[in-house]
Amino acid sequence: MANYISITESEKKQMLDAVGVSEIEELFGGIPEKVTLKAPLAIPHGLPEQKVFAKMSAMAAKNKVYRSIFRGGGAYRHYIPAVVDSICSKEEFVTAYTPYQPEISQGVLQAIFEYQSMICRLTDMDVSNASVYDGATAAAEAVAMCKTPRKNKALLSSALNPQIIETVKTYCFGSDTPYEILPHTDGKTNVDFSDSDASCIIISQPNFYGVIEDVEKICENAHGKGIKVIVCCNPISLALLKTPGECGADIAVGDAQPLGIPLSFGGPYLGFMACKTELTRKLPGRIVGQTTDTRGNRAFVLTLQAREQHIRREKASSNICSNQALCALRAGVYLSAMGSRGLERAASHCAAKAHYMAAELCKIKGVSLAYKNEFFNEFLTICPKPEAALSALDDAGILGGLVVDGKVLWCVTEQNSIDEIDEAVGIVREVCGK
Amino acid sequence: MSIKFTKTHEWVKFTDDNTAYIGITDYAQSELGDVVYIRLPEAGETLTTGQPFTDIESVKAVSEIFSPVDGVVSESNELLDAAPELINEAPYDTWIIKAENINKTAEFLTEEEYNEIIKG
Repeated sequence: MANYISITESEKKQMLDAVGVSEIEELFGGIPEKVTLKAPLAIPHGLPEQKVFAKMSAMAAKNKVYRSIFRGGGAYRHYIPAVVDSICSKEEFVTAYTPYQPEISQGVLQAIFEYQSMICRLTDMDVSNASVYDGATAAAEAVAMCKTPRKNKALLSSALNPQIIETVKTYCFGSDTPYEILPHTDGKTNVDFSDSDASCIIISQPNFYGVIEDVEKICENAHGKGIKVIVCCNPISLALLKTPGECGADIAVGDAQPLGIPLSFGGPYLGFMACKTELTRKLPGRIVGQTTDTRGNRAFVLTLQAREQHIRREKASSNICSNQALCALRAGVYLSAMGSRGLERAASHCAAKAHYMAAELCKIKGVSLAYKNEFFNEFLTICPKPEAALSALDDAGILGGLVVDGKVLWCVTEQNSIDEIDEAVGIVREVCGK
Repeated sequence: MSIKFTKTHEWVKFTDDNTAYIGITDYAQSELGDVVYIRLPEAGETLTTGQPFTDIESVKAVSEIFSPVDGVVSESNELLDAAPELINEAPYDTWIIKAENINKTAEFLTEEEYNEIIKG
């Protein structure tokens, strides 16, 4: 931290003199005697750097690090270009927090503005916020956006990631919002809007089982009934699939972890939220806007702040008033580094390799796709001995798929080589094919 | 069409016994400052006397607007979506909602009584 220079003893004295006290302790004089510490905290003394390094390395060595990963289910291992770490570790950016005296930090605001612009382009939506905690929070916040005094019921696809369903249910419980879980057939959400009085429907694209939903058709039918459509999407898949905007969705949300954010044992991740212009006033969280300053230069501001909790208080429909600035920066740098063609190529690799692995797995006796519908980079297979197969893979340093209702949900990204896939399929064949 | 006022700074103009236009007073708009947004209720929303039916956002604050009647929203002033500043420019010519099926009202004030109140 080159910008941190501690004060000297004489500077300290000068400051104490200025406020008229002789010791720093006097500044805490207002704290009642009975709650002040009588002895120093019982914590160990500092250690030399070398010892700290050895201790931390020993702790890190306890982690099981797989050489190859075939598990997704909400978090995805993608290649992260070196420039992402390089830019995001610049000290001017290293804060996970959104600035509270924002306009003085033009660089941070511009970074957020660029992130918002890229999310809009990726989803084909009009407005993006500065991000929220994670994909599940984004989904729950989107449901809250659709509530009106007359309609508040939410329709939830059962093919959403279970963590999203749990988070939406928690929000609904807190805000007395009724919801209904829609069943799925062959991995696709069953939608019947006839006599539905819902405010919104929330679906995932691709869904938890990897299946590609008929988002366009769902939007058409939902809008006919005045129901808003929220699509939770995997941002990498948007390079290949029709975007939420193209399909006519009202709100696009998702976890932007695949965009340059490492798996890191589950977080911190990044929730993105983007919507059509009509819903701008209902979009929670911070929004950075572009304007011109008094000299006519391009400048950035936090805009539409009256939507936010610190202004609206108890009338706010959301209590989010921050964002994941550092993770959003990573997503922004990742997208700039990849470019639209790079992202499309990464997405094509994911889809092609996943389809290769699915075809290879299905050659094994007893293994077949659980659903016949089209998928992107995840697919669910019926597998005779799921636990045994995963444990054999684990022994070989390979993290296999996720067991879902006795079936296995596999995920393949551009990070998995054909050799790795062949090796993993070979191990599954050894266990299941006999 | 005579105009009636409420203590909570709304005005009401009845077109017949149970239909009326509702807006906010000149004093209310001047206290709020520049209005930047108002949520327009949907037709069919229920109105309860003394309960908020929408909120209005100015550069200074977000405030609630209270219903002066029991009834149902029949229409919102769509012009306000694009031009909320009409409330500042012509508060008494800019209605926010039209209410119908009115069967109960707040205790109304005359213009003179209202002016007394805001003089404080």
